[in-house]
Amino acid sequence: MSASPHVAVRNLCVTVRTPEGEPLRIVDGVSFDIQRGDVLALIGESGSGKTTIALALMGYARSGAQISGEIRVGDATFEGSGGATLAAQRGNRITYVAQSAAAAFNPSRRVIEQVIEPALIHGTATAAEARAHAVSLFEALALPNPKTIGSRYPHELSGGQLQRLMAAMALITRPDLVIFDEPTTALDVTTQVEVLQAFRKVVREQGATGVYVSHDLAVVAQMADQILVLNRGTVREQNSVQAVLETPVDDYTRTLLAAARPVIKAATPQVAVGEPLLSITGVHAGYGPIDRNGRAAHPVLTDVTMNIGRGAAVGVIGESGSGKSTVARVVAGLLAPTAGTVSLDGEPLAPALDGRTREQLRRIQIVFQNADIALNPAHSVGEILGRVLRFYHGTSGDQARQGVAELLDLIRLPAGIADRRCDELSGGQKQRVNLARALAAKPDVILCDEVTSALDTVVREAILELLAELRRDLGVAYLFISHDIATVKALCDEIVVLYKGTRVESGLRDTYAAPPFHPYTDLLISSVPELRTDWLTGVGLQSSAPFANLHESPDLCRFVPRCPVAIAGKCDVAPPPLRLMTAGNSVLCHRAEAELIRMHP
Amino acid sequence: MSAASPASPWRGPLTLIAKRVGMAFVTLVLVSAVIFTISGLLPGDAAQEVLGQGATPEQIAALRHEMGLDRPALLRYLEWLKGIASGDPGDSLVANMPVADIISERLPNTLVLAGLTTLFAVPIAFLIGIWSAVTRGRSADRALNLMTLAMVALPEFLVATIAVLVFSVKLLWLPSITIVPQDPTLGEFLRAYAMPVLVLGVGVIAQLGRMIRAAIIAELDRPYVEMARLKGVSPRRLIFRHVLPNAVGPIVNAMALSLSYLFGGAIIVETIFSYPGLASLMVNAVTSRDMPLLQACAMLFCATYLLLVLIADTVAILANPRLRQG
Repeated sequence: MSASPHVAVRNLCVTVRTPEGEPLRIVDGVSFDIQRGDVLALIGESGSGKTTIALALMGYARSGAQISGEIRVGDATFEGSGGATLAAQRGNRITYVAQSAAAAFNPSRRVIEQVIEPALIHGTATAAEARAHAVSLFEALALPNPKTIGSRYPHELSGGQLQRLMAAMALITRPDLVIFDEPTTALDVTTQVEVLQAFRKVVREQGATGVYVSHDLAVVAQMADQILVLNRGTVREQNSVQAVLETPVDDYTRTLLAAARPVIKAATPQVAVGEPLLSITGVHAGYGPIDRNGRAAHPVLTDVTMNIGRGAAVGVIGESGSGKSTVARVVAGLLAPTAGTVSLDGEPLAPALDGRTREQLRRIQIVFQNADIALNPAHSVGEILGRVLRFYHGTSGDQARQGVAELLDLIRLPAGIADRRCDELSGGQKQRVNLARALAAKPDVILCDEVTSALDTVVREAILELLAELRRDLGVAYLFISHDIATVKALCDEIVVLYKGTRVESGLRDTYAAPPFHPYTDLLISSVPELRTDWLTGVGLQSSAPFANLHESPDLCRFVPRCPVAIAGKCDVAPPPLRLMTAGNSVLCHRAEAELIRMHP
Repeated sequence: MSAASPASPWRGPLTLIAKRVGMAFVTLVLVSAVIFTISGLLPGDAAQEVLGQGATPEQIAALRHEMGLDRPALLRYLEWLKGIASGDPGDSLVANMPVADIISERLPNTLVLAGLTTLFAVPIAFLIGIWSAVTRGRSADRALNLMTLAMVALPEFLVATIAVLVFSVKLLWLPSITIVPQDPTLGEFLRAYAMPVLVLGVGVIAQLGRMIRAAIIAELDRPYVEMARLKGVSPRRLIFRHVLPNAVGPIVNAMALSLSYLFGGAIIVETIFSYPGLASLMVNAVTSRDMPLLQACAMLFCATYLLLVLIADTVAILANPRLRQG
């Protein structure tokens, strides 16, 4: 072990100019060391400066930012006093894995050309050597068809595959330092596990030093040796992973830790009595031409049924492509189902928006994931909320101003915010306004489509808290859509699991605490990283599915190609039955209750 | 991505391109109907124009009958359409010779002028657009912006007049009208074309340069550009290998618009420099009510425009892997 650390940063400051021309320090006096071969995690919320610091290690600042202070990586320094500049090491000795591989690959060039490009432009290998090395990296990263996958274009590959290909691109020059910038944030949990395992394996094999940028403590716990906790551009705490998780010394670190373990906020689930408020019965939906049986050419939902009681919170969970957002679109009338009905208070709703009355529209409101897109940036908060009040309740003038003030009070924002434009608000405030826009209609049910997914953990906690409060105080019901089972568990009393448009399991929240589960639910739950350093090692590499090559069929269980416990002669020939478990949850599976319990260790 | 892979990798783009070709034909037929109708609405007709103010209504009616102008419009339209399709748009009513001959005499002139202007303007437009985009917001970009904006705003007749004043009247470098001698030397050729090409080029350079700048800047903001920079890609390679292939779609469409303008819109330049091109031919056809010539010119301009846009679409489809693979 050499005495001098591989990476040394002293008093790093990054300054940007505000629109008014004032200098603003977004990174302020940050110092740290990384020993050769160690992985340091930079953790914090958005705006903490973690990505800015990581990019500064490559001598790179996003437009208009100024870097000052000392940065040394190996022999290279920012100014080049050690013989080389950091900028000259970019893509060669220091490499980068970006957050969204889907956006970071050039859409018009084949993946392999992009993967070997760093080796060619820095002259570390000939084209043939680089190609061979790329194939071996693809193998190490457990990519399918390593020899041919590179000849595809980015749009032909999945997010998880692209993220691994990007890691191969970062490792092609055999770098000394690899920077991972939230590389799994955009992925489904089940994909995240595979990608994390692949990353950890190759980084260890290469013996490279790593910097891992993330907002997710549980993910960082699997990947890093040291953690640097950042808040508003300053260091709050630096220690080993174990120490940060078990004996945090800083208050902010404790807040982060608390937010990473969501607390159940819903009341004890009540068993629904009487007529459900909203019932979705046998809904099929999809895109493209519709055949004689009412099935669309590209089906998204197949026979989905669920009920939401008055004041209840039902969670819908599944990975991308599961059709969970389509459920909300069908209920809201944005997409007409090809079969099945949606009823409100027992009264069937028209399939599409233009057949519904204004009163029906008022009673069902939708809140979209991204407040930046959903709220008109040219309007003030007061105008946005006032418009809804006028449209549904005909209030205007002082009454409307009063109404807006009440709504802002409801979402715990100061009344003065009514005059501000949305782009002047923080992410959490915007999401509150987004919610208030739906509340302004005084709805019976709110469809929440991934409303907390784009938020930092601490802000997400606060929004979940608010949602639980509103439900308690106003008696509003939620259809809460999320890819994160922890979030759904925190808010909902009933949870429906969707896989490729089919409901594979449904039950009260408590039935998701212990098996029996549907094998897919099991995979979802076991894929959520836990706040301990040995979690990733403990997750057995997913046992191979016996029917991995089976072509998916709409009549069979959709999960068969990925299912580790599929039964030959049953799962590949007949549709699965819906079984009612003793705990009260129903599971769409050929396996009986006892078997489902036994297969869970 | 469809589950069933197409038999040939070219099937997707070929269907897409075939659809565009079909649409272009439909458009052309619709345009022909519009041209025929509108040219019929112009006051007066060729018979009146040929006989002049002093003719009696009987004489005009007789000539109309002789020229076939008194037959039903639909019949005349179909006959004309058939003629155009077989490459014979009829005879000029004024010059008494086939329209095809008149046009084929002028067409090479227009092609040479448009071709030279393209060769001159497109590289400069690329240079300005790329330079301006990579120095976005800095002084070089601001200066180029100001320049191209001024070039767009200046009317062509003003640019032409100033050019004549400076280069022909004051400096005596270039002729003020464009007459190309028989079998010219390269020097004579370039001298003859210098001013019309310069004047036409001003507008094209400015328009195209601004479009190229906008297309490149839209790409520069995308995450893959930052990724390329972090891979250590040089600025030159970044623009030519990473950005331009993605900006091809908007750029070739802007080029198609500029080129179609050069083909049919050079009327002011042709007039000022007494250059015998197609645009001035068409204006003459309007003033002399020479409908067959007018209609043929209009059809030619529309067909060229559609062809250029079709080529631009095809290039854009082939440059985009998503579209290319259907």
